[in-house]
Amino acid sequence: MNYLLTEEQQMLQELATQIAEERIKPVRAELDEEERFPTEIVQDLAQSDLFGVIIPEAYGGLGLGCLENCLVLEALSRACVGVATTYAASFLGAYPILLFGSEAQKGQYLPELARGDKLAAFALTESQAGSDAGGIQTVAVKDGDDYVLDGTKQWITNAGEAETYTVIAITDRAKGARGASAFIVESSDTGISFGKKEKKMGIRSSATREIIFQNCRIPADRRLGKEGQGFIIALKTLDYSRPGVGALAVGLAQGALEESVHFARQRHQFGTPIISFQAIQHMLADMATEIEAARALLYAVARYIDSQPKDFTKQSAMAKLFPTDVAMRVTTDAVQILAGHGYMREYPVEKMMRDAKILQIFEGTNQIQRNIIGQALNKEFSKKGK
Amino acid sequence: MKIIVCIKQVPETQEIRLDPVTHTLLREGVKSIINPFDLYALEEGLRARERQGGTVTVLSMGPPQAGDALREALTYGADDAVLLSDRAFAGADTWATAFTLARGITKLGGADLILCGKQAIDGDTAQVGPEMAAFLDLPYVAWARKLTFVDSEVLQVERLLDHGYDGIEVRLPALITVVKEINEPRVPSFKAKLRAKSQKIPVLSLPDLELEPDQVGLPGSFTQVVKVFPPPARGARELWEGTPTELANRLWTRLQELKIG
Repeated sequence: MNYLLTEEQQMLQELATQIAEERIKPVRAELDEEERFPTEIVQDLAQSDLFGVIIPEAYGGLGLGCLENCLVLEALSRACVGVATTYAASFLGAYPILLFGSEAQKGQYLPELARGDKLAAFALTESQAGSDAGGIQTVAVKDGDDYVLDGTKQWITNAGEAETYTVIAITDRAKGARGASAFIVESSDTGISFGKKEKKMGIRSSATREIIFQNCRIPADRRLGKEGQGFIIALKTLDYSRPGVGALAVGLAQGALEESVHFARQRHQFGTPIISFQAIQHMLADMATEIEAARALLYAVARYIDSQPKDFTKQSAMAKLFPTDVAMRVTTDAVQILAGHGYMREYPVEKMMRDAKILQIFEGTNQIQRNIIGQALNKEFSKKGK
Repeated sequence: MKIIVCIKQVPETQEIRLDPVTHTLLREGVKSIINPFDLYALEEGLRARERQGGTVTVLSMGPPQAGDALREALTYGADDAVLLSDRAFAGADTWATAFTLARGITKLGGADLILCGKQAIDGDTAQVGPEMAAFLDLPYVAWARKLTFVDSEVLQVERLLDHGYDGIEVRLPALITVVKEINEPRVPSFKAKLRAKSQKIPVLSLPDLELEPDQVGLPGSFTQVVKVFPPPARGARELWEGTPTELANRLWTRLQELKIG
């Protein structure tokens, strides 16, 4: 398909694909097996300027948009979602600063994130606050010119590896949804520590840890936006980042399809390559069609977001929901087509199937995405008075 | 520090075709890449620039399409590129190639450090680097696996040998050819890719180099490839370590196994 990408967008795609092929593919199985953080690949991505995609040029970035971000994520996750998640999570941590940071905060934090000298992470989830972010227990108490944070964040991607954390904490519980605020916490601050690296089903090269705040004192100028804006900042950040999860899904599914077609052409049974059987052809046809539909939706939403509409929560949810469900189906079928081979770790598709599952879960489960879309529909139609 | 990295555009495929008369490579319809060993030289040039400051210029001799290889080299972060290109340069052997490149370097005002890959994967001669040094009257070290700057004028070089390395100190300006063990080349950068897209690559022709037609290309060559054939495969070799008694016993056992003893 020709999505009428500009020359610049194609160059970005080429560069990300080159890194995926030369640097990620050869080591992805090893990173997964050893649950090893991809430090060298993070350095390659930094060298290539790709950590700057969404950061404005004024802060040393490339000043590009959602579509370009999606193109890079898709190209990287075609080789490995674990590595691509590490990369994407840094943007997730950067978005609150990018969207709500003061000039001083942007000037201080964005250039080092754009260079890839430092990684960022976004800390919202807690043991009692998953889909229901209102359940947050971590508090930030104003004390003179400081805030003091106490509480524990859970399952935070890049925790322990990142230097810059954007953290949502309660500043006034009595105010409910308006009682949370967002803060920048640095790994060198006193009172921040990290749990052990979690053992996961998939994306095992990415680092997932608890973040523990114990009397963690930060200057008040680390607050992002106004006090009480925390949930708005979190929701807006997720609106921007969710198409990125869709992009991880499209890349992953594409990688699985390619492995499947390649295998089906090589593998002989009953004296003929198995791709000559309709049972296989139809599976491949469905996989390819669903991937193209997911990609078309993703790019359309990304372009819509880049047109700077006022509200795109529904579209953003769709761009996460559909591609990630497709990726789960496609990777499951890829294992089915490779069959016994597919179940073995020697072939890449079993990892792809394990990696796919998280895409339906993180940054809002797909059930939550359906809630968002459903509520948006209700709101739209009530406005029309129908 | 002024650094010049010489690169060659080579065919990617292993299935090379030869002109039956001239025995030179047929390049039409074959995808071209930067000679892989030259990427290590380029990386080492970029690292030298990071340590010592200065500029990295990539230089190549070849047909106009060799400009693509130079443009690709720019995406890795080289400052500028120069192509030596003229119909008269065609058919050059290593002598004529090295002579032309050396003249190009002189025309560019020389360099403190000239880096080349140890050899090209198409011709495999490993001669052009050292020959250039001879034409430029510069010291050279081939097969470098590590470079360390003592100061801005003296370079320590580890030269790879079959079973170890030589430690060599060389005074700059000098020419170094590198092996792939020397580094891990970086990935291109997006900003450099954008710059490279529109960057002008000057082309120097025969008159620009102030050379005569009989000094370059086929007329300026002393050698001609008469026949190209795959060398017979060498048998498997083993290296043993141990005391003389152990080795003698092991050898005797092996000879008996091989029914030679």
